[in-house]
Amino acid sequence: MIIKILGSGCKNCKTLENNTRKAIEELRIDAEIVKVEDFKEIMKYGVMTTPALVVDEKVLSFGKVLKTKDIVKLLRG
Amino acid sequence: MIKIKALFSFLNAQLLKMEWLWKLVEALVVKIFGLSMESRLGGSIHFFIYDVIKIFILLTVLIFSISYIQSFFPPERTRKILGRYKGITANTLAALLGTVTPFCSCSSIPLFIGFTSAGLPIGTTFSFLISSPLVDLASILLLASVFNWKIAIAYVVVGLVLAVIGGTIISKLKLEKYVESFVYSNKILEVDQGELTKKDRVDFALEQVADIIQKVWLYILIGVGIGAAIHNYIPEEIITALLGKDKWYSVLLATFVGVPMYADIFGTLPISEALVAKGVGVGTALSFMMGVTALSLPSIIMLKKVVKPKLLFTFIGIVVLGIIIIGYTFNIFGHIFI
Repeated sequence: MIIKILGSGCKNCKTLENNTRKAIEELRIDAEIVKVEDFKEIMKYGVMTTPALVVDEKVLSFGKVLKTKDIVKLLRG
Repeated sequence: MIKIKALFSFLNAQLLKMEWLWKLVEALVVKIFGLSMESRLGGSIHFFIYDVIKIFILLTVLIFSISYIQSFFPPERTRKILGRYKGITANTLAALLGTVTPFCSCSSIPLFIGFTSAGLPIGTTFSFLISSPLVDLASILLLASVFNWKIAIAYVVVGLVLAVIGGTIISKLKLEKYVESFVYSNKILEVDQGELTKKDRVDFALEQVADIIQKVWLYILIGVGIGAAIHNYIPEEIITALLGKDKWYSVLLATFVGVPMYADIFGTLPISEALVAKGVGVGTALSFMMGVTALSLPSIIMLKKVVKPKLLFTFIGIVVLGIIIIGYTFNIFGHIFI
């Protein structure tokens, strides 16, 4: 599983990244976290508000700093 | 009618201007610190403590209620609404929605690209980008608290007019070709994140309060500190010599000092408040505040990534010129407001 965090590197993006790491630990899944900070790359996903969470190229959330428990819920599907 | 008026002025004095707090801090300074209110140190300490507490109380209440309202207008919805209109109607709506759409400066570039990719004219987007940092609900109430309602409303009106006219001029100049080409070629995500529940909105509003206070508290302390220094330590002659009402260059100076600075309205208000108390024209103080909030070096550097120099400088030129005109207008007609 490849999880991408889209965002220009501001504080919110880092919080989302940390929360995602915690969620992965909690679920004990094998996932790689990739940070996407380049605007051109971010815009390819069509999101307008950052940070956004992309799992296996699918945008799961945007413009929200999700809490760990919300990410766990999303990843469980 | 008279009763309503009395009630309004009571609420205005106690809730917005917080006269109870003014008296409480006065008691603290005089009785506990043993300083006279007329002394420099006493006056400055009073200004500092009173202003800091007042701004933080107002800020917490304001951000909470405003964020709650904002949760109804995510940028995605704003974009959809704006897509339905054209011309000056679109510019006006963009300027108005700019005041209620939650938006942090780190999102300004994705937002610019998102609006433009969806086919909104760049003039409409610029109306939004001008009004969004310049006029928000919090600034209206803070201005009313620090100055008065007339100035607050006048500030909002001229801020919106600047956004509408600025965006319209950019539309008329047909500057679309000066946007970097990658901006146009993006897909638009049409995912509904689901309607928010009441609890979601309250959570969002609480998060915003924590977030914004964390971001701005230092600016507020610095701003109030400078304000307190101006209030009592910097001689009035120096300030009036530079920024006095009778000095033709005062507005220009205030604008050009304000534009490169990065701070928000909460930090600049106490400075303006102290300047006006020292005999600086209201227009000059407004130019300074608008210069600081509307433009800043970091935001200009960000914008440079998506637009070419010609459009960038047109945008900066229009905003700076607008702020200068607003400053002179307020200085001439300022006596109506104070």
